[in-house]
Parts: sequence; C-alpha cells; structure tokens
Amino acid sequence: MAAKGAMKKKATSNSNKTNSRKKQKKEIELPNPKIQEKVVDDDISGSDVDSDVDDDMLVEQHRDDSDDSASDALSDGDQPFTDDFLQDDNKSSDSDSDSDHSDIERKSKAIDAKKEKEEKEAEAELVDNIKEQADEVTLPTPQELKEEAQGPPDLPRLQRRIKEVVRVLSNFKTLRQEGASRKDYVKQLTMDLASYYGYNDYLIEVLVEMFPAVELVELIEAFEKPRPMCLRTNTLKARRRDLAGILLNRGVNLDPLSKWSKVGLVVYDSQVPIGATPEYMAGFYMLQSASSFLPVMALAPQEKERIVDMAAAPGGKTTYVAALMKNSGVIFANEIKEKRLKSLTANLSRMGVTNTVVCNYDGRELPKVLGQNSADRVLLDAPCSGTGVISKDESVKTSKSLEDIQSCCHLQKELILAAIDMVDANSKSGGYIVYSTCSIMVAENEAVIDYALKKRDVKLVPCGLDFGRPGFINYREQRFHPSLEKTRRFYPHVHNMDGFFVAKFKKMSNSKAAPAPTTEQPEGGDEVIEPIDSVIKKKAEDKVVHHRIHESSTKEKVHRENGIAQHGKAENTFSGKKRKERKRFSREEISKSREEKRAALRTAAKGKPFSKEKKFAKEARTTK
Amino acid sequence: MRPLDEKETTQVFEKLFNFTGNNLKNIVEAPSHEGPESNPGRYCFRLNKNRVYYVSESLVKRATNVKRDKLVSLGTQIGKFTKGGAFHLTIQSLNLLAANAKHKVWLKPTAEMSFMYGNHVLKGGLGRITENINTNDGVVVFSMSDMPLGFGVAVKSTQDCRKMDPNGIVVIHRADIGEYLRMEDEL
Repeated sequence: MAAKGAMKKKATSNSNKTNSRKKQKKEIELPNPKIQEKVVDDDISGSDVDSDVDDDMLVEQHRDDSDDSASDALSDGDQPFTDDFLQDDNKSSDSDSDSDHSDIERKSKAIDAKKEKEEKEAEAELVDNIKEQADEVTLPTPQELKEEAQGPPDLPRLQRRIKEVVRVLSNFKTLRQEGASRKDYVKQLTMDLASYYGYNDYLIEVLVEMFPAVELVELIEAFEKPRPMCLRTNTLKARRRDLAGILLNRGVNLDPLSKWSKVGLVVYDSQVPIGATPEYMAGFYMLQSASSFLPVMALAPQEKERIVDMAAAPGGKTTYVAALMKNSGVIFANEIKEKRLKSLTANLSRMGVTNTVVCNYDGRELPKVLGQNSADRVLLDAPCSGTGVISKDESVKTSKSLEDIQSCCHLQKELILAAIDMVDANSKSGGYIVYSTCSIMVAENEAVIDYALKKRDVKLVPCGLDFGRPGFINYREQRFHPSLEKTRRFYPHVHNMDGFFVAKFKKMSNSKAAPAPTTEQPEGGDEVIEPIDSVIKKKAEDKVVHHRIHESSTKEKVHRENGIAQHGKAENTFSGKKRKERKRFSREEISKSREEKRAALRTAAKGKPFSKEKKFAKEARTTK
Repeated sequence: MRPLDEKETTQVFEKLFNFTGNNLKNIVEAPSHEGPESNPGRYCFRLNKNRVYYVSESLVKRATNVKRDKLVSLGTQIGKFTKGGAFHLTIQSLNLLAANAKHKVWLKPTAEMSFMYGNHVLKGGLGRITENINTNDGVVVFSMSDMPLGFGVAVKSTQDCRKMDPNGIVVIHRADIGEYLRMEDEL
C-alpha cells in the first residue's frame, strides 16, 4: 500500500513542486537571522584563524548535495549586508565632503574587505548549519523505534522529524539518505503524523495516499485550527448590509465572507455571544459554516419549484433554499433522526420559512412516499464519516475505520439512487440532483457518483462554483467517469473552509435502469434492437455528446495534465488486480469512444478536442 | 393531520382575534404564495398532533401522502392545544401576528433583553404604545427598530399606562423569540 502511495506522490509531486519549493524556502529562512548574529559574534571574539580553512572546505563539500537550499540561503544572506554597505557609503560620502579622500578610501576598502570575508564565513556556516540539521534527522532504526514506542512520545522531536521527512520527500533525489527508499520515508512520516496528531492508522494511511507529503502536512495542520465563524443573512427577513450594521453596533467584528457569496458574513471576534443576539433570535441570520453554502448554491433552486432536502437537520441548507425561493414552491425537508427534528423545526420557524413540509422518514423510503419523478430538484447532503470536519469534531481522527467508511458509502449509494428516482427528468425548470458530503474520502464521493452514473440515466453538470478543485478521475487503482472533473472538492488548507465535496447531476430520462445512455450509446448494428422510445433519448444524448466535447476543449488543459500523469502511472503498475478493474470498459464503451472520435472529426477539425478522444481510444485499446 | 372541528376553530379564532381584531379577515382570506402551482389557493388551518398549523392549501395537498406519525410540521405552526383542551398561541405565530397586529408596544433597547428572557414588560421599558389598548387585549411587542420580539396581554389600557409608576407591569409575557434558544425542545 505504501509503495503505491509513493508512486502516487511521484506522479503528483511534479505539479506541486513549485509549492513544495516555496515551503522549503520558508523553512530555511527561519534560522537565518540567528545564524547571522552568531557569525558576527564569533568574529568579534576573534576566532578567524581556524574558521577560514574549515569554511572553505565545507563550502566545497556541500555545494553539490544541497545546491538548492544553499542558493536560497545565499540570496537571503545577502540582504542584511547590502544594507550595511549602504550605510557605509553614506558615512564615507558624508565624511568626503569635509576631510581628505585617500585616508577614508583606504579605510572603507578595509571595511569592505572585512565585510566580504564575514559574508563568506556566514555563507559557509549557514551551509554547515543546514547540513547539520539534515544530518540530525536520519530515519530511525527499528530498534530506536521500539525504544520510542515504550516511552511517551517526544513531541518536539516528532515534529522536527515530520518537517525533515517532508522536506526530503519533496526533493527526494537530492536529499535522501543513502539506501533509504521512498517507502521508508513515507512509512516513517505516516507513523509520526499518526502519533503526533493522534490519528488512527487507517485514517492517516488514507490521507497519506491522497495527498503529496507537503500538502498532507498542511492539511493536517489546517485540521488542528478552527475555521472562521460564518453566518448567513436570512434574505427573507433582512439585508446583509443592514445586518452587518446592526451587528457592528453590538460590537461584532465582521466582514463580507467572500466574493462568491452575497449573503455570507465572516465573524472575527465578538463582544456578545453571536448565537444569542436579538437579531439571531429574530431569524435575521443563521450560524453556518461557509462550506454548507456550496451545495445550495450548486442546487440553485428557482421559485415555484418542488424541492426535496433528504437530510435536512439542523436546517441551515433548507432555510437557505427557502430564502432563495422566496418562500414560494414547496420544500420537503426530511430528517431521519428524531432528536434533530426539534432543531430543524425551530430553525425553520425562527427564520420565517413557511413553504416546508417536515417529515421523518428514512431517506431511502422517500421515493415511495413522495412519489417517483415528483420533484424538480433534490438536495442530498449525505450522512458521512465527517473526515472533512475534523477541526469541528476531533473524535473523527480515532473513531473511523474501514468498516465505517464502507457502511457510510453503502448508505450513500442507496440514498443517491433514491434521490435520482425522486427527480422528474421532464421538469421544465429543474431535473437536478446535488450530492454533497463533508467528507474528503474518495469512497464516499467520487465512487458514489460513479456508481450513480452507472445505475441511472444521469449526467454530471458543472456545479456553478468557480472555485474548488475538480474531483478525481483517476484515484490509485480506480478509474472514474471522465465527467467527474465537474465535481468540486474543497479543502481546509486551500479554501479555508471545511473539507467538502459537491456534485451536481442532471437527470436525462425517467427510465430507471439506464446505465447505457449517459456513458455508452449503442451504435450501428445495435440500433435494430433498440425500442422505439429510445430514439428520443438518443437525440437528447447526441446533444450531450456534443456538449461534452465543447466542454472538454475548454477544460482540456487541466484534464490533459491529469490524464497524462495518471496514465503513465497506470501503465507502470499494471497488475492482475488492475486488469480486472480495467475490464469495465465494455464493448459499448469502445464503440462509444469511437463514435465520439468520429463526431469530433465531423464537428470541428480544430484539433483541440482530439486529445481526450485519443486518450479514450487508447484506454479502450489497452483493454483488448 | 385534519381540519379543525367547529369548537377548535372558535377557540383558535378567538385567540387570533384578540391580537389582530378585524385583521383576522386578512389572515383567513389572504391568497397563499407557497406551493408550486401558479395559483396555490388560500391558507387553511390544520391540526396535527395537537398542534395547529397555518398552511397553504397547496402544501396540505402535497403533505397528504406523508403518514401521520411521520409528519412533523408543515407551513407555520401557530399554536397548540394543551391536554386540558385549551388553545395557546406559540412563538412561531409571531410573524403572522406581527404582520396583522392591532395593538403594539415598542420596547426601549435596554428593556429588550429582559423581555427576551421571559420577563413581563414594565412601564420603565416602554418606548411607544399604540392608542386604544384595553385591558386584556393581545399585544405584539416590538423593538424600537420594528423587529418583533414576542407578544403578551395588556394589563392596563393605554390611558392608565400614562399615570403608572415605572415598575408597574404593562404587558404580561406570553411568548418571546428567546424561546427558540431557551426551550427549543418544547416548542
């Protein structure tokens, strides 16, 4: 497992190289000033003789193995001295005006020479110092590990080692210890992170597999800090500007949330309890994390629509939906847990929402109760493991196991099919399903979406959110439908909100068992067997294909990067297990890919949409 | 979920009339804007698990396929019948009452918090008051910025209020929006 993790990292580290280098630089910058001081001190005490020789040798020794860092250090080291030079110049020019030249010139030259020497020494020492640091953290031997396991964890040491291993992993070729493989480093990092931050083995391993080392540490650090407190203006009762004014008067320090939200406010600090002001009780705003705005914005409910919120409590999203609909239409707010119903109804009435019917079913029964194809839009904020909100709930770190995740995603798959069944594909304004979780696990997100794409006649559409990272198309040994790049992932260390996932479907037809149309469209000879009603479907499908091609050309760049990196990796690690996975490309899919290729040729000879098609065909060929 | 019977209807309407006076007609006859149809019809009163809801007919129609024991709420709850058979307005009805209120009082900012912790309105906290309030009329309580805070029952008429001492009770507390926090479970 860890080996695969390493592979993954190799593939992705390219894209993150710039990032990691920055980080490296930061780390190196930190010790600088102290070192400078030291150098100067030493000089004053007068230990010139031996340092000269030593330093020269050291410079030569280390120039090759820590090229990068040394040059960084140099550029930084220059800074204070240039300042000094300037000062000196000033001094000399001042004195120029009133005393003789030669003497001062000589003096200044002497000073210059001295400075230069100091500088050289400083450089050398700096390099030396860095080297020492690097040497300090070598991978511990098994025996050392055993000893460490017996005593209580030495936190500063763990932290230092984490930092160091991450640095090594980010520039593995040059920094690694002789004879140590990437796998060893990753294994050590996994262990250290688990014990330093208190994660259980399963969760930390999954995280290590998902992220390159530098990003992983950033993510885990971000999980340690709370996210900023956000509130959403209830547009049924107040305007954001007015609300902000009132709250400012109460001594609340706040700002508009971000340019993507017109109703969000972020609270920095407050003299009054923000959840107990008269305005809160009057329903002017709702305390809500920034991430929970996203699924509702993706859902984009229209007035006079029929909306179903399958897991509604405590009502943050439901009230947002109602506010967007201006209390028109009808919302079915469902919640399975009786305990949470109280807060749901209280919030709904506090916010002045009148268009909701609150019911207490298991989400899976809802299509039977409310009727199939009876809703315009469905919001499914699925119950999940909560791995995106560790900053809110620390217990997730230790309480989740593989079984939990599996049971979660089983439930999620059932729920998403129920959600799709409830939506009416022929709805004039709607026909959309939004799926969201506060988990960052692939099994609970992309895998569920992929499952839905196979089971029902739906396709993914853009979420309408212009930020967030695209969902995974390839994740380790899994290959998902290429349209999964339209889903969005949000991370605490990147977007400063809880870890979150949003996907938006459009339902294409009301037929239940229709995996074929969205992903593969039988062509040519198969047409004879097709039932009549599918002709209509096909027309719609043709549109979809064209649509997709257009989109692919816009997003192509990103896709290509992803695709190539992942593709190469996939070929490298071609194993028996993988072959099984690959069999999923059925005959229909191959014909579909060819058809797409043909369509692309026909529509535009611009050359742009090709690469995707080629990749498709290539993948198809490998399955043969 | 069922419509109110005759006795229940009179109880509910009496209570509402106490607060809204002739505006009760508005409440009953207003066209609703909830519901997906272009003409969702009017509002009606429905009883579910001893609670009375004021809800668009269109929503009622759609809620019929939800089982009785699974239906938690719909539209706006306005009150509940106690075990003894009496009808109480609850805080959720505030929006409806505030929009149609006949008698209003406005509180000074200093008195807001006290009222929202469930205390009665004292003369000292009174900012403004509408004319023609009689003893035992239902009164909706607002903040000075016209934000509804709750409702209660007048103890003194407007006339008598003028010559009261500052510590005298003007409005007896019935419900306030602080209940959303204080007693979320009992609403």
